[in-house]
Amino acid sequence: MAQRQPADPAQLVLDVRSVSKSFPGVRALRGVDFGVRPGEVHALVGENGAGKSTLIKVVTGVYQVDEGEVRLDGRPVAFGSPLEAQDAGISTIYQEINLIPLMSVARNLFLNREPSRFGVIDSARMKREAYEILRGYGVDVNPSRPLRSLGLGAQQMVAIARAVQIDARVVIMDEPTSSLETREVETLFRVIRRLRDQGIAIVYVSHRLDELYEICDRVTIMRDGETVHVDEMARVDRLQLIALMLGRDLTDVRQHGATAFAADHDVAGEPVVRAHELHRAHQLDKVSVDLRPGEVVGLGGLLGSGRSETARAIAGALPLDGGSVAVGGVPLRRHSTAAAIRAGVVMLPEDRKSDGIIPNLSVRENIVLAALPRISRAGLVDKGKQDEIVEFFFERLRIKASSPAQKVGELSGGNQQKVMLARWLCLNPKALLLDEPTRGIDVGAKAEVQSLIDELAKEGLAVMLISSDLEELIEGSDRIVVLKEGRMVAELTGDAVSQGALMTALAEGDPSPTAGDGAQA
Amino acid sequence: MSTGTAEVSAAPKAGLNKGRVLGWLQEYGVYAAIVVLLAINTALKPSFLSVENFRVQTFQAVPVLVVALGMALVIATEGIDLSVGAVIAVASAVIPLYLGYGSIASILVALVAGALSGLLAGGMVAFARVQPIVATLALMIGLRGLAVMANGATAKSISDPVLLGLGLNSWLGVPQMLVIALVIVVIVMFVVRRTTFGRQLMAVGDNRAASALSGLPVRRVLVTVYVASGVLAALAGVFLVGHGGYADPANYGLNYELSAITAVVVGGTPLSGGRIRVLGTVAGAVFMQLITATLIQNNIKNSYEQMVEAVIIVGAVYAARGRSGR
Repeated sequence: MAQRQPADPAQLVLDVRSVSKSFPGVRALRGVDFGVRPGEVHALVGENGAGKSTLIKVVTGVYQVDEGEVRLDGRPVAFGSPLEAQDAGISTIYQEINLIPLMSVARNLFLNREPSRFGVIDSARMKREAYEILRGYGVDVNPSRPLRSLGLGAQQMVAIARAVQIDARVVIMDEPTSSLETREVETLFRVIRRLRDQGIAIVYVSHRLDELYEICDRVTIMRDGETVHVDEMARVDRLQLIALMLGRDLTDVRQHGATAFAADHDVAGEPVVRAHELHRAHQLDKVSVDLRPGEVVGLGGLLGSGRSETARAIAGALPLDGGSVAVGGVPLRRHSTAAAIRAGVVMLPEDRKSDGIIPNLSVRENIVLAALPRISRAGLVDKGKQDEIVEFFFERLRIKASSPAQKVGELSGGNQQKVMLARWLCLNPKALLLDEPTRGIDVGAKAEVQSLIDELAKEGLAVMLISSDLEELIEGSDRIVVLKEGRMVAELTGDAVSQGALMTALAEGDPSPTAGDGAQA
Repeated sequence: MSTGTAEVSAAPKAGLNKGRVLGWLQEYGVYAAIVVLLAINTALKPSFLSVENFRVQTFQAVPVLVVALGMALVIATEGIDLSVGAVIAVASAVIPLYLGYGSIASILVALVAGALSGLLAGGMVAFARVQPIVATLALMIGLRGLAVMANGATAKSISDPVLLGLGLNSWLGVPQMLVIALVIVVIVMFVVRRTTFGRQLMAVGDNRAASALSGLPVRRVLVTVYVASGVLAALAGVFLVGHGGYADPANYGLNYELSAITAVVVGGTPLSGGRIRVLGTVAGAVFMQLITATLIQNNIKNSYEQMVEAVIIVGAVYAARGRSGR
């Protein structure tokens, strides 16, 4: 399926040739070709299920190939484990950082190759060297501190520094920016460019299109276990890229724009949720937000600005030092998730895996989890009502599972997210708080979730949207409240809901205690 | 999208053969082991399958089974209850104190004592967020002391007909305590599979944070399972008093926590929570009793029995580890 053979294979540092890999019942890879040159940043893109992860696992020795071969520097290799791959020069930086959180930064950096004298670790030297190395990566920390005391961005730098220290020739980065702040992303990109200039090949996996165009030289697009396109990054435009990933007609994609959101909504009536001066030490400083039926209110801000905390506070999941939440004019008497849910305020949490799904329960049980009190009689679950709800949302959200009895943990990210949405929508909520609703889900499911948000707002639901994807935030929101360091710094309405205005507010917004009240853009 | 599902589910199958064998062992190994042990014992001594021997073994196995059922509920919430042995001792200590008010009253008081202990354990776990192992270890030590103190150092003989009946007699040829235990098995199965509470229990055990964010009564669920475990342990204490004919808080229930945990784990309930195997737990208790019987029949010392038990629990947990592997 490869449309073009990559240039002279002799100069490829990593060369995957017609590799196939099957699991019981599925062919995950079908004759995949994938070539990476030294000194390039190579984007590997595809929807969830396209085979990216399997390909990476084959290259790094987690899986063995069924057919085809993997070559490193022109020599066929077959790694038995990730460790062997690492020794040969292929390092992987995972989404979840795989270092040891309680150990010191220096120990993590030098793990298994500590400088020693007479068998005793020379910790002074180790710390000194660690400090110097990390400074080279723009991380200025005391190397004696435990790794987990660093920000995620700095932790990632430690992981990268470690990979480079062990003479990596190929560094694979799987969604490296998913938990980084803008500034940290810039540092990461600087480091990536430096590694590239040193002749290291970087395989860059990400769902964020902006980043791909900013940092990548070439791109390989996968779909359904095959390589569908290999090209210079600059020669593929965004819509073409999406079309190739989805396997859809280009004109079809063009009509929809980059996100699936339609125009603004008609906002009517009194706020259904009034959050008044929510306060919590070090996290929220008197944040007030109103949510109206039919309106999508975006929360803008960088990581750590208090967006998630605001959502959690309104949903009763964050203990407050002050402030109040009223639903339909009635203040919530108890500040708990159960009380908020009863009042009709529900939240889709940011971290689907740890705060959302119950992995070993079935899709059916996950969907009706929050609705249990409503579909139970005398302590027993009413099977009829349960099936009714499950059937309805399977259809409405187009959840793809082998059956409602399948374990949710086995579904793809996009389908898990749909199950989470179904869990809340079956309660007929008044307000829906969405914290990163499309993070880590494939392009197709992303578009579906976005148009669903649109639809729900049209039906009169009050929606709050948190998204690190600026396009999504701007196109999806009717109004954006901008937070910085736990305070409101601006509110964008009407035409001011634009990338420029938001960037200005983020860059210039002054987190003074009073700014939130007056600053209308 | 089908490949997406496959990618996710394919990962745990990496070590396919080994995983399958361990998985099978964990799932059905206990039933196979029961058959093997029965065969060995019957071959060595044909009277092992006699009705009389069945009754003897039953009286030994039922108290462990009853405790294990409560333990399984606690383990399904990713907890553990080390206090069950001490609760048995407390139950046996209060029975003689309240026998004067009638046998039923004394049994009820024993069960209430178990419930209170569970309330304390559950309260510590759910509200004070003490780790289950620490909370129940404290109770295990404290309650044993309390029981010995309440009773005095010597065992008290019991001649109450109701209690002795529970411990020794049968209804229609089936030991009374077995009938009661089977009713409890059915109730636990029903609660776990059919009720809203059972659903909440599994959710809390599998992902507590997500359950809390979905508005589930997480604390109530936790307290409830510890109370259930306490009451069931106290009931086991009642059976032991009835069977032994005396109340001996210094010695009753010793090592029961380990036997119960082993029965649960051998029966296929993972220590990681979110799943429970009620019938497996029954099989686990039967298996534990068969091990004991095998060793006794072959004149192997009691100290070996404890070592065998230790090996079994490690083996079972190892098999479980290979299975859940996440």
